[in-house]
Amino acid sequence: MDITPLPEITHQSLRIRQPLPLDCGIVLDGVTIAYRTYGTLNAARSNAILVCHALTGDQYVAETHPLTGKPGWWNGLVGPGLPVDTERYFVICANVLGGCMGSTGPRSPRDDNRAEPWGIDFPPITIQDMVRAQKMLIDELRIERLFAVIGGSMGGMQVLAWAALYPDAVFASLPIATAAYHSAQNIAFHEVGRQAILGDPDFREGRYWEQGVIPAQGLAVARMTAHITYLSEAALSRKFGRRIQGGSEVGGALFGERFAVESYLEHQGSSFVRRFDANSYLSITRAMDFFDLAADYGGSLAAAFRNTRTRFLLVSFSSDWLFPTAESRVIARALNQVAANISFVEIVSDKGHDAFLLDEPDFSRTVAGFLAGSAVAAGI
Amino acid sequence: MAKVPGVRYVAKNMRVDLELIASMVAPGTRVLDIGCGDGALIEHLFRTKGCDARGIEIDMAVVTRAVAHGLPVMQGDADTDLSHYPDHAFDYVILSRTLQAVEQPREVLRQMLRIGTRAIVSFPNFGHWSLRWQLLVTGRMPMTKTWARMWYETPNIHPCTIRDFFVLCQAEGYSVEQWLAADEAGRRAPWRRWPMLANLFGEQGLFLLRRSSGEGPPH
Repeated sequence: MDITPLPEITHQSLRIRQPLPLDCGIVLDGVTIAYRTYGTLNAARSNAILVCHALTGDQYVAETHPLTGKPGWWNGLVGPGLPVDTERYFVICANVLGGCMGSTGPRSPRDDNRAEPWGIDFPPITIQDMVRAQKMLIDELRIERLFAVIGGSMGGMQVLAWAALYPDAVFASLPIATAAYHSAQNIAFHEVGRQAILGDPDFREGRYWEQGVIPAQGLAVARMTAHITYLSEAALSRKFGRRIQGGSEVGGALFGERFAVESYLEHQGSSFVRRFDANSYLSITRAMDFFDLAADYGGSLAAAFRNTRTRFLLVSFSSDWLFPTAESRVIARALNQVAANISFVEIVSDKGHDAFLLDEPDFSRTVAGFLAGSAVAAGI
Repeated sequence: MAKVPGVRYVAKNMRVDLELIASMVAPGTRVLDIGCGDGALIEHLFRTKGCDARGIEIDMAVVTRAVAHGLPVMQGDADTDLSHYPDHAFDYVILSRTLQAVEQPREVLRQMLRIGTRAIVSFPNFGHWSLRWQLLVTGRMPMTKTWARMWYETPNIHPCTIRDFFVLCQAEGYSVEQWLAADEAGRRAPWRRWPMLANLFGEQGLFLLRRSSGEGPPH
């Protein structure tokens, strides 16, 4: 199994001029945000859509990834003539704060004078910190109001935080397959992954780069665990069932035969460790775990959206057990409490949480229709 | 249109019916359409009257079509979801041909007039002469174009007559600002001044209600 980290390359990025105060109290200077844009900003600067990526996603939403060579992670939804139409809208996607694809994160140098990376000492960040950094990017691009903010899973958390923090800067908001807080079950799954990383002998207390190693085994197990939560029993059965696929190099007779689903997970794990930094994974999963939007508003989610004029489209997927429909309904009810303009659908799919990334015609039609209706209302 | 078997609310139909309702709505107002189906009415109110019109619909497939059409519709249930809205959030709350299918019609009406200043309610009239005649002659539950399903599978679990509805409004303290009877196609019927005749010859009733000034409905 090849676990050589992919080479570091230069990503399109922007250095934020002003300091970024984090929720934890630390102020970060010289924050860099790596981002990609697609399409053209119109003269009124009113057609921008910000796409927020999920836990292990990045800014390469609608193009071949320069490192992995894989297609953009939302290339079925974002592109010319697609629901998020790059011929009509100016689409921006930024690598999150804490990420490892060019934005400031654990792999970045501590400051201009010290080349040593932050590593495990990178300040704890929140979903709201990620959004504040994105707002600074949007300000630098001289965009006063985003036509829409869209994202799934952790991206959906950012969408919710955008609507709460900057209501006047978001015309339409599309939180997809997400929740207003991370559930105990989801925190538990994350913790299994983190323990695998922390327990890897190559983790070296988070300073693995000093020895030229990476905690590949731990990070791969973290990815494997998480990947199961993105799928559904039906999807796994359809794809693999109980099929046997060749033998294993290790374990002798006990592991003489391997299930296809085992090989699949191993592949998911090994390809992940080549592109993702372990400290980033710890940092970002922690940010998700601590996300509880209502907590910032006296425990009332409705208060987070008081007087909002943003239009919302909430979408959940019927077989998603990581961010089930019930959690979208919690958001819907909070928005009802403030009489917000809201559309809400549950898309029937047996593909689990992953469905938001896959080709689901009803989902595509829903997003396209909502954006078209919002564009009429926004006058663009 | 919801034609899926087992759907709880009857299908909406007939533009004429919706136009009668739309004629009761003032331009530029905030409107919530409960049981909005594919959203034909909210689209009509947005396009022709500049209303901020939104919808709730219970059938997910229908909601998906409405949203894909660009309309602000959310999946929800009239019986359980209205309680989440704040007081006085809308100028009009509309319940078109759905009252007879909800579990608690009186509570739904109370919620409508809590979150809206006015309520517009239409329902098929069970007092129509053809229904009375069928029951009298055959001794079995009447079946018509409107009441088209057998008693054991109809979604219309709370049928009422135009007179019944007047009685309920009085008991709840709602003032009837406008009312009319219409035929099945939604054409206005001429018994405007005589509720007894309207109850005999009108296939559906349409009411514009308002909270009585001062006191709310008795709880």
